[in-house]
Amino acid sequence: MSVASMSMWCRASCRASSLSLLVGGSTGPLLGGIHNNALVRTLSSSSASAAATPAAAAAVAPEEPPPVEVFVNGESVQVPKGVSVMQACDAAGVDVPRFCYHQRLSIAGNCRMCLVEVTKSPKPVASCAMPIMPGMQIHTETPLVKKAREGVMEFLLANHPLDCPICDQGGECDLQDMSMAYGSDRGRFVEEKRAVEDKNLGPLVKTVMTRCIHCTRCVRFATEVAGVHDLGVTGRGGSAEIGTYLEKALTSEMSGNVIDLCPVGALTSKPYAFTARSWELRPTESVDATDGIGASIRVDARGHEVMRIVPRLNESVNEEWIGDRGRFSYDGLRRQRLDAPYVRGEKGAPLRKATWKDALEAAAHGLRSTPSTKLMAVAGKLADAESICALKDLMAMYDGQNLQVEGVTPSSDAADVRSSYVFNSTLERIEEADAILLVGTDLRKEAPLLNSRLRRSAVYDCVPVASVGPDVDLTYPKKDLGDSAKAIDDLLSGASAFRAVLDGASKPAIIVGAHVLSRPDAYGVLSKCVQLANDVGCVSGDWNGYNVLHECAGRVAALDLGFVPGPKADVATAPGFVYLMNADDEATLASIPEDAFVVYQGHHGDAGAARANVVLPGAAYTEKGATYVNTEGRVQRTKRAVPPPGSAREDWEVVRALSEVAGLALPYDDVDGLRVRMAEVSPTFASVDSVQQSTIWLNGSTYAASKGSSKASTAPFTSSISNYFQADVIGRSSKTMARCVETRGEMYAKTHDVGSTLGELGEPSAHPLGD
Amino acid sequence: MAASRTLLRVCSSSFVQASPVGRLLAPAAATSAAASFCPGPWAAHSAAAAQTHVVAAPGMFATRGIATSTPARYADPLTPPQNTRITMAEPKNFSEVLDGSSQTLFLTELTRGMSLTLKYFFDKKHTINYPFEKGPLSPRFRGEHALRRYPTGEERCIACKLCEAVCPAQAITIETEEREDGSRKTTRYDIDMTKCIYCGFCQEACPVDAIVEGPNFEYAAFSHEELLYDKEKLLANGDRWETEIAKNLESEVQYR
Repeated sequence: MSVASMSMWCRASCRASSLSLLVGGSTGPLLGGIHNNALVRTLSSSSASAAATPAAAAAVAPEEPPPVEVFVNGESVQVPKGVSVMQACDAAGVDVPRFCYHQRLSIAGNCRMCLVEVTKSPKPVASCAMPIMPGMQIHTETPLVKKAREGVMEFLLANHPLDCPICDQGGECDLQDMSMAYGSDRGRFVEEKRAVEDKNLGPLVKTVMTRCIHCTRCVRFATEVAGVHDLGVTGRGGSAEIGTYLEKALTSEMSGNVIDLCPVGALTSKPYAFTARSWELRPTESVDATDGIGASIRVDARGHEVMRIVPRLNESVNEEWIGDRGRFSYDGLRRQRLDAPYVRGEKGAPLRKATWKDALEAAAHGLRSTPSTKLMAVAGKLADAESICALKDLMAMYDGQNLQVEGVTPSSDAADVRSSYVFNSTLERIEEADAILLVGTDLRKEAPLLNSRLRRSAVYDCVPVASVGPDVDLTYPKKDLGDSAKAIDDLLSGASAFRAVLDGASKPAIIVGAHVLSRPDAYGVLSKCVQLANDVGCVSGDWNGYNVLHECAGRVAALDLGFVPGPKADVATAPGFVYLMNADDEATLASIPEDAFVVYQGHHGDAGAARANVVLPGAAYTEKGATYVNTEGRVQRTKRAVPPPGSAREDWEVVRALSEVAGLALPYDDVDGLRVRMAEVSPTFASVDSVQQSTIWLNGSTYAASKGSSKASTAPFTSSISNYFQADVIGRSSKTMARCVETRGEMYAKTHDVGSTLGELGEPSAHPLGD
Repeated sequence: MAASRTLLRVCSSSFVQASPVGRLLAPAAATSAAASFCPGPWAAHSAAAAQTHVVAAPGMFATRGIATSTPARYADPLTPPQNTRITMAEPKNFSEVLDGSSQTLFLTELTRGMSLTLKYFFDKKHTINYPFEKGPLSPRFRGEHALRRYPTGEERCIACKLCEAVCPAQAITIETEEREDGSRKTTRYDIDMTKCIYCGFCQEACPVDAIVEGPNFEYAAFSHEELLYDKEKLLANGDRWETEIAKNLESEVQYR
């Protein structure tokens, strides 16, 4: 605590020293920082060993010191000890202008915009870097403060170009707003303005470096949150520049967040460049469905087009970040879309555009004319809960029991116990874990937001992390224990040294990747993981550290609704009728026999539609008010930001219409009725935006009784996502994502043996419907 | 004298009928009010008119067009009442009688009227031979819109959309993209000239003097479609009127 305070004092009094920390190649995390929880943390350097004893990490849990009274503009306010003057002002409801300060990043203290007057201090002080003292008198509205801020603003504007009309930040720019309050109507700077060459940071972030005011928020974000040491400051004084040292693209999966962080227009979105103005966008608060985290997002639309997607604040899910796929793949929502029903006449004939009536009749004919034992339905990665529930009910009417979830090895008891397939510790509380084991997952690609939380634990709290699975760079130190089930056996038997670390931890956590669920020996591996979780005490009191990480939005909802093979189902029987609900996986399609009648419902003309006999166009997650359940079991609803294209309809409506055409109508006419039905099937759907903690925990024998083999093979664990940017149909249709793959392809080629994957990424996916 | 001749008296009853105040008054009160407004010989007449009013009172509440015995005009303040009288003051003594008679005898009014006509006959003419002659225009005149170019031929508009944002009639529609050279340009710049209210806010908002309202006002068209201007048309206007527009802007620069 005292070390951190001292380092802040240093920075408050010596601006040059704080900058010099950032200069040079080794931009490790700064030594001290105030985080949003208002606690001063001692940040360790990134070279901290992962093998640090968990006892040392767990020992530091200090009691909350009593609050301190300070006076802001004469008003008394109680704040926790150790917070900064700026946080005290925020607590008092007094606005202090700022550029470099950000509550989730360390303190730089270099913009000087937050100057305030403190009684008995000879000079105005930078409020972000000054810790409070008991009884401190803070003044934010004095003539001295105003003059000081006006002086700072004049210096900032001396070199800032007057190009607001062509700047994408115009209208939502901190500098623009603050120059209205503290700027002059004319400048006294008659010398030549400095100009800085723009940097190429890849296909996502556009730079206009002349606009940069050197707040270093982007540098601190990349270093501390994203964990990539790509950005830094070079040069001093007037020749200081933000850059990547060598010309290269940002390598983080969260790089888009620097756009939101940049208080000026130096870093803006490249795909969004010049397409719209902030004031003409219609915001819709929604939920990201492109990964299993379910980040809170705001969909900004103009007319019938999604113009951009930005994160919303949600402490328990995404804090205020989102991954690059969720942010930038929206242009995939305009391309390759299914805007009309299609029917394939003869076998081998091309799909032809059809009316809804013809398409539904063709699908209904296929459904009715197939014996119930040969009916099969697959819930895909982007399927929403409403349509899954409607499809389940539809299949039940025809006694079709072969229900499968994409990416889960079929088993009738896969959905029996909720705690066996959700992220039990919740995303927020995973930071409490004091030893973490990853099994068969590449967190950086499957859940970059979760990865940044783990990075915070691993780097700043010295939590030991070990991985059984692919050897990938997670941006923080981790111990590789091997890549096959043998490593889990070693942990179970105690042969592995990490077993002692897990045993010594008070809140150990195991994160099982979605790859494990899709393996043929899934239940063998899972039973070992559950056994290990029980042995090391992952489940105790209110802590359940057994976590399954899903990489897609649709799976938990499908499992919650019991979309698994029924008791009479024989998954080995070749299906005659297959209903693909947003299912495009190669593995799924490969399991469908040649002569099966396939109905594909979804929003993109991808692999699934290409195989289908009947294509029913649905709506994407920005076009419907649908329910998704994230990996921790949080039920969340999207909202319709734009209408679906052409004659596409919301997905549950399509299933409802099909049921009526087929002759047995589903018993709900509106979405509210369907949601009541969902809550009947699984009570978790009754409460939106909350996590229902599972009270039942597996006793270890569940998987032993499973139909699946309990033997684990020695096949190596990989990640369920080999290509972060094109993990779903939206990403595969997106030009921006294709550019990302092009730019970062080498990175993936290096970490994965996916030469074949890269080959197919190179070519744009052909439209399966021709034209 | 002239004053006495032009002295007009509008019958008070018409005042009562025409004014909202009169209509709000109860019929009985209207009678007494009318009487008190008009002393002397008109009092009796106005009382009679007020009597009419009393009869007409139910008609005030009758819907127009429904056949009632009451003429609708009493309910309508815009219809001139029939019983209006224009009366000259009566001469008071012999001198006034003589004065009036001599004026009539020597046709003085006619002479004065004709002399005024003759004066304008020789005066400078105020009509112009439009469209061959045109009146003067202020440099601030807000006529037909135009999009200007730089002398290099590059269009000035940077697609900042400030004109679109400020337009109170929402007559401007802009779509933008990044051009190949990285500059910010419009792909579409439409003005609906039938929505436009010619307030000039667009040219005031423009940071690069790209959109201006030029001096042209002769662009009437036979169809609505012809008045939906696109970027091509606006740029063509700019090219045609550049000399005049530049001169006008230059003369105004000191006031901006």
